[in-house]
Amino acid sequence: MDIIEIFLSASFWAAAIRIASPLIFATMGELICERAGVLNLGIEGIMVAGAFAGWIAVWAGLPLWGGVGVALLTGMAIGLIHAILSVPFGLSQHVVGIGITLLATSLTFYTYRVVLPEVSSPPKIMAFQPYEIPLFSDIPFLGPALFSQTPLTYAAFALVAVTAFVLYRTPLGLAVRAAGESPAAVAAQGLSVTAIRMGAVIVGSGFMAVGGAFLTMSAFDSFFFEMVNGRGWICIALVVFGAWKPGKALLGAILFAAFDAFQIRLQQTGVGAVVPYQVFLMMPYLLSILALILMSRRAEVPAALMTPFNKGER
Amino acid sequence: MRLEPIANPSLARQFVPPALAIAASFLIAALLALVAGGNPFSVFGLIFNGALGSRFALLETLNRATPLIFTGLAVAVAFRAKLWNIGAEAQLYMGAVVTVVLGTGAVTLPAAILLPAIGIAAMLGGALVLLIPALLKTRLGVDEVVTTLLFNFIFLLFVSYLLEGPLKDPMGMGWPKSERLIPEARLPRIVDGLRLHWGFALALISALAVWFIDARTTLGFEMRAVGQNPEAARFAGIPVTAVILKTALLSGGLAALAGFSEVAGLKGSLTLDLSPGFGYTGIVVAMLALLHPLGVVAAALFVAAIFVGADSMSRAAGVPTYIADIMLASALLLTVLAILITRFRVRRD
Repeated sequence: MDIIEIFLSASFWAAAIRIASPLIFATMGELICERAGVLNLGIEGIMVAGAFAGWIAVWAGLPLWGGVGVALLTGMAIGLIHAILSVPFGLSQHVVGIGITLLATSLTFYTYRVVLPEVSSPPKIMAFQPYEIPLFSDIPFLGPALFSQTPLTYAAFALVAVTAFVLYRTPLGLAVRAAGESPAAVAAQGLSVTAIRMGAVIVGSGFMAVGGAFLTMSAFDSFFFEMVNGRGWICIALVVFGAWKPGKALLGAILFAAFDAFQIRLQQTGVGAVVPYQVFLMMPYLLSILALILMSRRAEVPAALMTPFNKGER
Repeated sequence: MRLEPIANPSLARQFVPPALAIAASFLIAALLALVAGGNPFSVFGLIFNGALGSRFALLETLNRATPLIFTGLAVAVAFRAKLWNIGAEAQLYMGAVVTVVLGTGAVTLPAAILLPAIGIAAMLGGALVLLIPALLKTRLGVDEVVTTLLFNFIFLLFVSYLLEGPLKDPMGMGWPKSERLIPEARLPRIVDGLRLHWGFALALISALAVWFIDARTTLGFEMRAVGQNPEAARFAGIPVTAVILKTALLSGGLAALAGFSEVAGLKGSLTLDLSPGFGYTGIVVAMLALLHPLGVVAAALFVAAIFVGADSMSRAAGVPTYIADIMLASALLLTVLAILITRFRVRRD
């Protein structure tokens, strides 16, 4: 396959949008947490837990959307632990986040082994199928790429719109952004910084879990141990790349996913025969580091990110 | 609610909450064992026996503690200076790669010269791996948490490439595995016939050395000052950037020694599963040790005992080994909470 040919094919862009979907959910989740002032390093573990919870719920007999609900609630429950430790108690967000990732990952693997002790290959579920949006899916090129996706992908795009609307057009969004910029001002308004931040972490964690669930319920139809594989950390880089703005973060996720889809296809060309496959697998991580470097000069970080707020102190 | 600092915490206040935190994480594990159909009492009995019940078990625990002392020290040193090194896993593998490159016959020297040379080269390798994120942090302000994490993935892929390419053992039946070290590059056993090797002694010496640097040298003082308040440290004339870079070199070097000692002491060759997450577990070790270099030794022994015990318990009782990871993750979170309670009073208003 020719490189130009790759970019001109609708199937390539359809794959890019599909690969972007879990990243979009988790990136929005992280963005909400960080906008409120909390760096959520639990993201990787929360995605693992969400991937498992949604899948196992459907395997146990719940409808697909029920599985999404279970993943959301699982993420919110883990987010609650993160929120209690990092907000009212103000513990180091780095340590809490790493601890949450270790806890969520090991709890998930443990539960998997308890529920399915003897299986060598995990059972499959009937995953979300592509839904062709009437009329739109007939548009040449755009139709197959954008409008023949699974419902969860449409939900991911809807989430970006809702997040952007809430953050910039509602009093709640103003309060969340202010909690991340100048919590003292929020407190002076008589609002509870603690409540806003905890809410943001809980809701954000729920979205991360749905991002994980996309992997087991939409991209694949089963759960594997190494399935999330650093996607969570990549989403943290995407939030920085998107300068903490939902629209830019969405664009970043799609660009990133396009690159990922591209390197998969590049492996099948003449280049793939020469370059070791590990180099291709490194690309997403290298790209994330590059994104962090490129964006490092732009100071758009929420001013109070990682700063605990304690009413007693000034 | 509000947190109020306590000026002079009583002795009970300093020790009871952390002890309760450890107890609570055991309780959580007991409940999970119950869910899995095990009897919590016999599960803990089996863990204890499997970790400390026989001479073999005890030595196995010491062996398992060895890489954890190194990675725990690496994390503790870095965290003290608020350098968030989550990449000990990558530095460990760098140490292992250097050990294999130099120890499989490319250089032939007597063991007394070769072993220290390989150890130092491994440390330099690991230091370089952490130096890149540290430079990105000090030069460009790129958060090192994410970069060091991502480096773990990148480096493991790099090792995978090496083991399938340049470092592959031609006699390895197609497995991605390096050649075996020459005898001169092997760390000898402490007692003949037992698996415990000199890597364990090296780990103890490293802990003492780090304690000495921390408590008795200017660098140790500067590292703590930078960790507590970089602005104040800069104002006081401490070269903050240089201190962070030195910390990175020390931390990366220590983590690399874990790889060196695992390959030269225990395994004799490099495979992709050399470390079952020693780098990440080092974070738990360091936090349980309250970032104290000598505490790291105790914490590493404790963590190693839980892992070794859980392995043997799992075989006997059918409870998944992941219970060990859950115990340690909950111990980590509950201990940081407990430490807070030793220093602050929670006030409702």
